[in-house]
Parts: sequence; structure tokens; C-alpha cells
Amino acid sequence: MSKVKGLKSKDLLGLRDLPVDDLNLILDTASSMKEILSRPVPKVPALLGKSICLLFYENSTRTRTSFEAAAKMLSAGTTNVAVAQSSVAKGETLIDTAKNLEAVGHQAFVIRHNMAGAPHLLARNLKASIINAGDGQDEHPSQGLLDIFTMREKKGSLKGKKVVIVGDIAHSRVARSNIWGLNKLGARVSVVGPATLLPKDIEKMGVKASYDLEEEIEDADFINVLRIQLERQGRGLFPSLEEYHELFGLTAKKLARAKKEIMVMHPGPINRGVEISSEVADGPYNVILDQVQNGVAVRMAILFLLLSGRATDEAN
Amino acid sequence: MDALIKSGSLMDGASGAAVDILILEGKISKLGPRLSAPSSKIPVIDAKGLLVLPGLIDMHCHLRDPGDPEEETIASGTRSAALGGFTSVACMANTHPPIDSPAMVKYVVSKAQKEARVNVLPIGAVTRELKGEALCEMGRMLLEGAVAFSDDGRPILNAEIMRRALEYARQFGVPIISHAEDLDLSADGQMNESRLSTILGLKGIPAQAEEAMVARDLSLAREFGSVHIAHVSTAGSVRLIRRAKEEGVKVTCETCPQYFTLTEEEVEGYNTLAKVNPPLRGEADVAEVVRGLKDGTIDVIATDHAPHREEKKNVEFGRAATGMVGFETALGLVISELVDCGVLPLKRAIEKMTVNPARILNLNKGALKPGLDGDLTIINPKEDYEVDINKFASRSKNSPYHGWKLKGKVVHTIVGGRIMVKDGKLTA
Repeated sequence: MSKVKGLKSKDLLGLRDLPVDDLNLILDTASSMKEILSRPVPKVPALLGKSICLLFYENSTRTRTSFEAAAKMLSAGTTNVAVAQSSVAKGETLIDTAKNLEAVGHQAFVIRHNMAGAPHLLARNLKASIINAGDGQDEHPSQGLLDIFTMREKKGSLKGKKVVIVGDIAHSRVARSNIWGLNKLGARVSVVGPATLLPKDIEKMGVKASYDLEEEIEDADFINVLRIQLERQGRGLFPSLEEYHELFGLTAKKLARAKKEIMVMHPGPINRGVEISSEVADGPYNVILDQVQNGVAVRMAILFLLLSGRATDEAN
Repeated sequence: MDALIKSGSLMDGASGAAVDILILEGKISKLGPRLSAPSSKIPVIDAKGLLVLPGLIDMHCHLRDPGDPEEETIASGTRSAALGGFTSVACMANTHPPIDSPAMVKYVVSKAQKEARVNVLPIGAVTRELKGEALCEMGRMLLEGAVAFSDDGRPILNAEIMRRALEYARQFGVPIISHAEDLDLSADGQMNESRLSTILGLKGIPAQAEEAMVARDLSLAREFGSVHIAHVSTAGSVRLIRRAKEEGVKVTCETCPQYFTLTEEEVEGYNTLAKVNPPLRGEADVAEVVRGLKDGTIDVIATDHAPHREEKKNVEFGRAATGMVGFETALGLVISELVDCGVLPLKRAIEKMTVNPARILNLNKGALKPGLDGDLTIINPKEDYEVDINKFASRSKNSPYHGWKLKGKVVHTIVGGRIMVKDGKLTA
């Protein structure tokens, strides 16, 4: 039996604990997957007979459909379970829900949950692979991986490259996954936002923290613009969207100070006129739609490496 | 009610000479060499080679009665306490319903008479329904057996109500026990606000949530009464209390073993057993709490024993209940982590679990002197054991100390002359 190289862990909970070899393996595998996506019939039987449960405790359009598309192209079956918060309140625990779904025959769970650590709880209690599709304000590893994949695809090695992440760092799982992954690959990361949205001791994660977007932009190779959740304003975190846009919104004027070849990224969905102006969002620097396409390739790689690797284990 | 303890060592006995202790009708009658029992019916305990302590007093615990008998009852909680060497436990008022009336105090006292293994000392609520609005009938609750007042679990947010509570309690000479937490600062908080809360994406509870309230209560106590600060967890709180004591403010305070043996790092991996309120803090906080224990700023070591059933812990971190059980690990943690490490002499450490809480709660307990209640905890301070949550007498097993190797084993627990634990086992 040919040896399929898999990941060291049965789960993908975050980039914090992902060994750098595994991180590179996912990125390299995603390149092969992207090649499959460019074929006239973008489908391979790699995960035929596998069944993946998409367990979503929070709304999501792009992440869920992206995972679903990835599973389909690898010929895996998917089940969508969207759990309304009200039915959670009715009583069934997360572990019970997932164990029932595991008994139905799912080998992997893609879970999104509003509480940090929910995927870790499942990983400890289930044999199935757990893939974190966003847990509270902890991590969103597939988004981090697709951001990094996109950066690497456009600019090659990230060693020494400067990445600016601007926005609501405190509440962003995308920021955390980016920081862990980029640090592992030797990039320099600066996080920028109003003081109320930079969490305590963020520098200890190995980043530079700043309140000055224009200054940080100057020598940046990439800028990752985070979505500002509209409900944050007026809760004491910042006074108004208008002021936020003035100080931290990415505009053509601010970008004028940047390197010509700077790449603008955004995990979506975009609030035009808040964290990014339409002019920039639709401008020549942006790779936002590439990110979406790469997302499918990266998620194919994740599913393939976690599920086909396990098949080898079972055969042995 | 009667017992004779033979040949035990006392902490402050001259060169560790063995002493006998006679308890008659529930009170310590005599201490001295070679005492004999006035009747052959009086049980005799051989304490040779063992250390005899005044019965340990836990001035902060939750017995969940009335409320949730699957988590704890007065029977199970006091069995757990007796095994941990506690002869008296003061239970907080935040039960369901709360202990906020004379009738509710009477309920706890009479339930304890029926089923308790150790003395149960009810702490009454300060305000009705713990709402922080209207004062409870403190005077009538004291007549029914309450020993102090606290809305523990919740702070009294309204400073005017806190002022009046301190003033009103002052006439009875009892303290208000303050759960110091600014609920706006701690809102939705899951753990100490720190590098780790940032990494884990858990909403942090800043030290200021505790310290701002401690500062307010010290300011009020300076003028209006005496306050006891519960479960001190931060360096800033210790410093504030130290300074207030120097300035003559009537303040006492307690900490719990979790705040000098654990740091927030326990939360790593979303470990819900380490979720507690106030949260486990950082190393600098632990160091200052230890300093406070050494210099006497912190008067008392209490457990904040907070039983929770498994269903409330084996869930998402954000949904998990706060608190940990503590009766059956407290003494071992004190001896292993404070005394054995040379932080505190045994005598000083034990004072924080005996004479100091007795003084704060006005109890006729806490020392080995004729006339005091016949509560004794007899331990082997050298014996090691491994914490096994499955052997806890508590109905709940939510302890982060499972598997810890501790020193200082409880051998006998005697409550008012009754032998409740003998050779490390409950007698009934």
C-alpha cells in the first residue's frame, strides 16, 4: 500500500499548534488541488465513500459553501447541520449532538461555533477528525491558510515579508490564525487598530502593535483588512464608523504611501466605506476574489490530508 | 460528645512533647500529660506520632442546599469537609432559593442538625434575593444562627447599599463579606485578561474588576464598618488591603488554595476545571498573594468549595460553570505548597484556617484551650497521598488537582467530641 503522507494530528484546530511541516504540507497540497480545480471536470475520487458533517452553530455563507465545494470535488459526501441557537438552549449538549452525528457515520466534522475552544472539546471526545471552521475569537485556520496560500502564490517565500493586519484584532479569529501561521513562515506581522480593539499583550504573540496605519503601510508587502462588525460601534469600543473609517479605513489616499506592488486582502464580507473604500476594494491591488478561489483548494488539501491519511492508518 | 486523645503532638507544644486532650460534653476540658478518662465509655484515640490541630474552619464554601442535591447536600458536603479535616464550614447564601431570611437560616441550621458531619455556619445574604437592593433582616438571621453576611457570587454594586450594610452589621459586630467584582469590567469574561486570554480568544477579566471594587469597599469600611474581602486573587488587591490595614481600616481578607498554587496557564487547552471566579491569575499575582500570606495581609485561607456536576463542566468553555471543589485538597495544598516550600511555618499557615477565621466570625473555636469547642483535626504532616477525585466524598468532582501528590494527610477529625473521621475514613 502506498504511503499517503498525512498530518500529525487527527484534527485541525488551529495554526498555533500546527507544526510548520504540516503547514507547508497543506500549502503544497493545496497547489496540487488548485491544478485539479482548473481541469474541465474538477473532480477526483480521492475521498469517495467518506462522509463529512458541516456542523455550523453560527451563520456562514462562504466558509460553509467553500468546504462543501471542496468535499464535492474530492467525491466525499456532506451533511449540513445548521444548529439554531434556540435548539441548543433546549438542551442537547455539543458533545451529544456530535456523538450522534458521528454514530451516523461521519468521519470528519467541520465545525463553526461562537465559543472559543468548542472544536477542542469535540476533538477530545470524538474519534472523528475535527476541522475548526472558526471558534469564537480563537482561530479560523482554513482562512489563515488560504490567506497565506494566496500571499505565497503571488509573492513566493514569505520569509522577511511584512504583513499588516488592520482592524478589530481583539475579536478576530482570522487575525489570530494569520499571526500564528505567518510567524511560523518567518514573515513580520504588524497589527493595527484602535487601542480598544488591540487585545492585552498582543505583542507577546510575536507581532508589532500600532495605532498608525499610514506609517505601518509604508514598507508593507501585504495588508489584510479585517471586517469591522457594525455592532461594535457605540459599545464603547469605538465611537463611530465614520471615525473608524477616517483613522483606520483603507483608502487610496492612505495606500498612496505604500509600495507599488502591495497586495490588499480581505476575508470578507466587506463593509464598503468602513474598513475599506470601494475604490480600493475594486482596485488593482486587491486579491479578494483570488482568496475565495484559493479557499476551495486549501480546504480540499485539509480534507484530503486528514481523511485519506486516516484511511491508511485503518488499512494498516 | 466526649473523647480522650492520647499522646498527640501540638504545634506549639514545648519541643513537641506529647500531650493528652480530654473533651467532655463537646468542649475541651483539659490538656496535659497522662490524662485519664473519667469513664471507661469515653472513646480513646491514640494520636502518637500525629499532630493535633484545632479543628479547621472553612469560612467560605457552597453546600448547594437548598438547590441542587445532585451537586452537593449538607450531608455530602460535610462528609467531604470532615475528610478534608474541616470541623466547621461557613456556607454562602447564594443557594436556590438564597439564604436571605430568618426562616432560610433556620432551614440550614435544622437540616445541618439532622445530617451534617461538621459544624455548619450559615452566612446570610446581605440583600434580599441577592439583588443588592434591600437589606435582609440581619438581626433576626443572627438570632437563628447566621455568623456573617455576604451576597457572595455577586457584588453589591450600589455603594449606598454597601455603606448601609456595613453600618447595620457593625451594631452586631459581624463583618460584611465582600465578593469584590465590578460586573461591567468583568462582563462576559471567561478568564484572567492576559497574553493567554488574547491567544485563546477568551474574553478577559481584568484585575481591575476586582481591585476597583476592593478599593471602593476599603474606602467605605474606613468610615462605616468592617469588611472581609473574599477570595483575593490579584497583586493589586493584596497591596490595597495591606495599605488599608496599615492605615487602620477594619478589613480582613481571605484567599483560596487555587490562588497561590495555580496560575491562569491551567486554562490552556480550554480546561474548564480551571474556570473559577475570580479567575486564576498570573505569576506576579500568585507571588503577591504568597507575600500577603507571609506578612499577614491575608488573614484566612478558605476553600470557596464550589461543587458542579459534570454536565456543567464538560461543555464549551464559555458555557461552563465557574468554581472548583476544595475541601478535600485544601490542607494538603497548604502543607505541600506553603509549609513544605518554606513560605510559612506550619503554625502560621494553620492559624489562617483556625484561629483567624474564628476571630472574624466570633466563634468559640480555633485554638486548643479548655472551654473552647472540642473540635480537633489530627493529621500526619509527613504522609504523602495522591489526589483522586473519584474518592472524593463530595458529590462533585470538579477539581483541577486530580493526580497531584500532596503531603499532610488527615487521620482523625473530631467535631464537638464526636469522632467523624477515624484513620482517614468517615465513621458513618
